[in-house]
Amino acid sequence: MAVTLERPGVDALLAALADRGYTVVGPTVAQGAIVYDELRTTDDLPVGWTDEQDGGHYRLLKRDDDALFGYAVGPQSWKKFQLPAEVRLWRAKLGEDGALTELEQPAPGPRYAFVGVRSCELHAMAILDRVRPGDRPFVVAVNCGQAGGTCFCVSMGTGPTADSGYDLALTEVLDDGHYFVVDAGSEEGAAVLAKLSPGPAGPEEEAAASRAHARAAEQMGREMDTTGIHELLLANLEHPRWDDVADRCLTCGNCTMVCPTCFCTTVEDVTDLAGETVERTQSWDSCFTIDYSHMHGGSVRNSAKSRYRQWMTHKLATWFDQFGSSGCVGCGRCITWCPVGIDITEEVAAIRADDR
Amino acid sequence: MAAPADFVPAPFRVVDRRQDTADTWTLELEPRIAFEPGQFTMLSAGGAGEVPISISGDTTGDRLVHTVRAVGLATSAICATEPGRMLSVRGPFGIPWPTDAIEGADVVIVAGGIGLAPLRPAILHVVANAERYGRSLVLYGARSPEQLLYPEQLAEWGAEVIVDTADADWTGRVGVVTKLIDQATFDADNAVAMLCGPEIMMRFAVPALAARGVSPERTYVSLERNMQCGIGQCGHCQLGPTLICRDGPVYRYSDVERWLGVAEL
Amino acid sequence: MQTIAELTAESHDFAGLDARYLELISGCGSTAHFRAGERLFRTGDAAERFYLVRHGRVALELYAASHQPLTIQTLQDGEIAGFSWLFEPYQWMFDARAVADTSAIAFDAVCLRGKCDADHELGYQLMRRFAGIALGRLQATRLQLLDVYGRAG
Repeated sequence: MAVTLERPGVDALLAALADRGYTVVGPTVAQGAIVYDELRTTDDLPVGWTDEQDGGHYRLLKRDDDALFGYAVGPQSWKKFQLPAEVRLWRAKLGEDGALTELEQPAPGPRYAFVGVRSCELHAMAILDRVRPGDRPFVVAVNCGQAGGTCFCVSMGTGPTADSGYDLALTEVLDDGHYFVVDAGSEEGAAVLAKLSPGPAGPEEEAAASRAHARAAEQMGREMDTTGIHELLLANLEHPRWDDVADRCLTCGNCTMVCPTCFCTTVEDVTDLAGETVERTQSWDSCFTIDYSHMHGGSVRNSAKSRYRQWMTHKLATWFDQFGSSGCVGCGRCITWCPVGIDITEEVAAIRADDR
Repeated sequence: MAAPADFVPAPFRVVDRRQDTADTWTLELEPRIAFEPGQFTMLSAGGAGEVPISISGDTTGDRLVHTVRAVGLATSAICATEPGRMLSVRGPFGIPWPTDAIEGADVVIVAGGIGLAPLRPAILHVVANAERYGRSLVLYGARSPEQLLYPEQLAEWGAEVIVDTADADWTGRVGVVTKLIDQATFDADNAVAMLCGPEIMMRFAVPALAARGVSPERTYVSLERNMQCGIGQCGHCQLGPTLICRDGPVYRYSDVERWLGVAEL
Repeated sequence: MQTIAELTAESHDFAGLDARYLELISGCGSTAHFRAGERLFRTGDAAERFYLVRHGRVALELYAASHQPLTIQTLQDGEIAGFSWLFEPYQWMFDARAVADTSAIAFDAVCLRGKCDADHELGYQLMRRFAGIALGRLQATRLQLLDVYGRAG
């Protein structure tokens, strides 16, 4: 049963989560983008900001209202917390005989409450969880009332409206006052919500929420035909389109950094200068680096073509073989943050139009 | 988050160290572990880095044996580890050779270079349980006579050996390992092949076997790629749809033939 | 005691050869034996024959001034040693040495070239077979050249 909150209610929600011992993180404006960081009050949210996105283009623009969640997604994703960029796996003393002693693993990280999770991001979190099972955060989802310029969650079946995987889901209504229609998705969510004394959500409120959902669904900036995409891509591994995209791709790896499901890491052992301590760390890696596929004698994927092909076919095709689903949630980040505006939906369409 | 415990190694003591060739050493570690032929461990010496190394010893032996080729920092550090010192081990990992599934068949083993090491546990198993198998043949190619691994055991196994190049004092065969396949004696209708060696060698050995009546469906290979975690999380060892650390390293060739045929995949 | 024709027919490389051509070829053949270490032919010598190795093993070797002789291929079990008899200047490019006691059939080059000139069908059948053997040797040599077991393997 849906209920409503107003902005003070959202403040109360943030405080309630903090009281329950969660580290509350969510969207905030920093350095010209909407990133994820710790939140104390709704003042920390991107109040009155929206994002303008296209291939290789991202700008923040002022809205003419005080929407708390009036944007799509920024360069960061929740994998920032689910799968931190650098993790110390263990540290140990290195003995004279080469033995590792006093091995310590890091203390478990904070329990997070994620506030402002888009439907596409819920799917991304679930996908990542299949690769690397981990602790579940408290999730406050936010349903999109408008789509971003590069969004295609509708094509990927991942949004724009969240249907599961959250403790609470908010839909921000702006066309009829300013309030949030709230849905509980778990027992804990319901318990937290109850303590916030929410107002009732009648048919008008529900209708306003539905209008917001529909509006977002109609505004998709991109689309991707995913019919038979697994076989389409794997049957076209030598398609000339790969050479075409290779001419444009800088192999900078931005797409892998911003993608909410890219999970590749490198594992390294580092000793201190005296050779007395060893640390094993796991850090984000990218299949676009020349060393990624290095074996004695050289790298398997030398050309930019092979590396772009690896990324795209993994994301859209072989992810199914490895993890039972697509790796793409249609968030559009890779399109927005590619310096040359390579558009994954366009690349698929080009191959589909010329399927060999 | 990944269970960090998955990355914590266990300590093993080097109890024997033998130099096999100019750049290859065999290390025997204690304690033993339970493993299946074809599996590998993630091995490291001190903080010099972890690498995937196939286990090369007997599954019923009382030591954990690895044959390691020194090709970089991590492997050189491992090879330099003297008896009495410790190595760090995670594992065993990976899908093994199908030694149980192929009972009753003629077993044709084709090894190239250091590729004999991952096959050795399978050979030892087949030899020790010979009554469960038909004929067993070991066909082994190496660069030169000085690069042959386990020379005494090669003789015990009746292995056919061929090298790429040799001095005049070598009276054995010189040529490519596919020649051994062309001339080997076995019952093609009931033979299974297990291959390990450089990928180019395996790609030529498969058609040679097919020409003798052993299809890719009855040919198994052990593949190798950059591996950093060994547990299906770092993504490095992908070959198309498969993760070699988790779905391999041993594969039925017909299952990976399509992917091996694509350059730079 | 088997005839030269019967022994020749056992070779994989001459399989399927019509009985008539087998007789023609065998007419140029004679048995040959080499002790381990004995030379079959030397680089630069006139290539007056080629050999079908029956038992034993023959090494093809290359000498270079500062090098120990290098064995580039061994032949055994019905394999043919020697192509240089087919093409001018009819000179051996390698040394061939028995590395084990070896029995072979030696085919006289002048005799065979003469018969091929007289009977082009015979010539075609021989050429086809030698081309096939050469192809196999080429592929093998390429693989050896790649040094797949070396660092880059």
